[in-house]
Amino acid sequence: MTNVLIIGEFQQTELQETDLSRNTLEVLSAGRAAAGQGTLTAIVFGAACEQKAALLFSRGADSVLWLADALLESGHPEAVLAALTQVAAQTKVQVVLLADDSRGREIAPRLAHRLHAGVVTEIVGVGSEGSTLLFWRPVYGSRCVAEIAVDHLPVIGTVKLRSMEPAPSQPDRQGEISKVSVTLDPALTKTRLIERVTEGGGGVKLENARVVVSGGRGLMGPEPFRRLAELAETLKGAVGASRAAADAGWAPVSFQVGQTGKSVSPELYIAVGISGASQHLAGMSGSKTIVAINTDADAPIFKVAHLGIVGDFKTILPPFMAKVKSLTS
Amino acid sequence: MQTVVCIKQIIDPEAPADQFQLDPDSKRQLRGELPLVVSAYDQNAVEVALQLREKAGGTVTVVSVGEPEAEAAIKNAMGMGANTGILVSDPTLAGSDAFGIAYILAQTIRKIGTVDLVLTGCVSGDTGNKVIGPLLAEELGFACLSFASRIEVQNGKAVVRRIVEDGYELVESPLPLVASILSDDTNVPRYTKVRDIMAVARKKLPVWKAADLDLDPSRIGPAAQRVTIRDVVQPTRESRCEFVPGDTPVEQAERLAERLRELKLF
Repeated sequence: MTNVLIIGEFQQTELQETDLSRNTLEVLSAGRAAAGQGTLTAIVFGAACEQKAALLFSRGADSVLWLADALLESGHPEAVLAALTQVAAQTKVQVVLLADDSRGREIAPRLAHRLHAGVVTEIVGVGSEGSTLLFWRPVYGSRCVAEIAVDHLPVIGTVKLRSMEPAPSQPDRQGEISKVSVTLDPALTKTRLIERVTEGGGGVKLENARVVVSGGRGLMGPEPFRRLAELAETLKGAVGASRAAADAGWAPVSFQVGQTGKSVSPELYIAVGISGASQHLAGMSGSKTIVAINTDADAPIFKVAHLGIVGDFKTILPPFMAKVKSLTS
Repeated sequence: MQTVVCIKQIIDPEAPADQFQLDPDSKRQLRGELPLVVSAYDQNAVEVALQLREKAGGTVTVVSVGEPEAEAAIKNAMGMGANTGILVSDPTLAGSDAFGIAYILAQTIRKIGTVDLVLTGCVSGDTGNKVIGPLLAEELGFACLSFASRIEVQNGKAVVRRIVEDGYELVESPLPLVASILSDDTNVPRYTKVRDIMAVARKKLPVWKAADLDLDPSRIGPAAQRVTIRDVVQPTRESRCEFVPGDTPVEQAERLAERLRELKLF
């Protein structure tokens, strides 16, 4: 019986309708598991609260707290942090779960500090033993899994993306909406966003792509990433990069897949010239089918790949692409 | 610009996979004969600090909380060019969790004096918690930015490139600031020159103990841990790679395409 709090985040679908983000569906799943017979509460910011609440109830939330504050709508992490701190103290919540994304990673430890709570990041599994909440998380890159017992509440967690099943849909489920007021002094935000720059083409987002074509150190330069982009487009997928390729400036850092980049779990992950370092596997080892193309037969990537070719991508990719095109036309 | 870089010495995560072993009692990796290194992103953090000093002057101090062997990690950073290094080492600090470490580091930074910028790696190569930077910001009451790959300082403010899902943000922050550092092509750690390594090797490093830092004993050591690591397992993975047959790369490439088509992947 645990009270769990999450944040509801939304996106526009292809049909321009508001729906829960895939990240929120995964956090809801973790939240439901942590709450057990307890209450799963979701926070909603901004307009269209009832519509958003209905979506949250249908995916397992029991109650929705509506926070209306202009400062929150900007999504500024310090504002969200301050709001969560107040709500958590007011509602005596026991577990707060956030997506392990660029904002959640910054907020979770800070919230834990303010609430004298524990913090567990990159949660990949939730369980319990008696009244003790258990979290599982990766440790030592992707080599090991740690079982964490939460002896004292509250605890703040971040949920590793693309590791949990999305919460199932229960269309007629109902819940309670409450409006909550928080006191947010505009001066509380120390940092100021100057500009947000989007990298990469407009195509399918890497973290949601069904197919990812990823390049590593073996590509030896930025130019081959254009070939990967062509291949990704043909397969209706997205381009990823290893840390080595991003650090070399061959691909934007936001293309990086791995422990400090994106977590992905596509149907198909094609790793080209990627050795398979543990921190890279941490971001993609859950992919359903992994294909590896590498000149080194001993590369660790072949230990996780389902299909492999030991060879030079320069001689493999062009005929591969040509065959894919001829099979799809 | 007075910058402190907090670094961690860890067992080399790039060591061959078959040499990775867990200690069943402590649930931690067994060191054995494996080399110890500075956690990768901490090196990027040292590089960022050095570049800022080149542009804005000031000093770079490297700090590490660890066992006596962590002296080698600090000297490595000083070989890159950091002005001073401080090792915080004391048996009573062992078993501190991230909250404990952040508290110890904060006390260390307060004792160092006026500090404008504190840098850490965005994630450590062993525990991978990603929390030290933000916890330090809370301890010190500084501004906080995580997953930053570039920092510039102009007129007493920092302009920071912070990596986000779709690309990056440019964020302005007051000083003092705690930033956790992510790698990119501008902060590749510089090589150390043999001459600099030898000069640093001869230096005596200050070692601060718990008593030097006026630490509240209830906030350090294993008793202060907020969660318990009950078990760590290394799942065994059977290699099941199907190597695509073919006498030539063209044959293999085409066979791969056919195989993926059979699997209905496109």
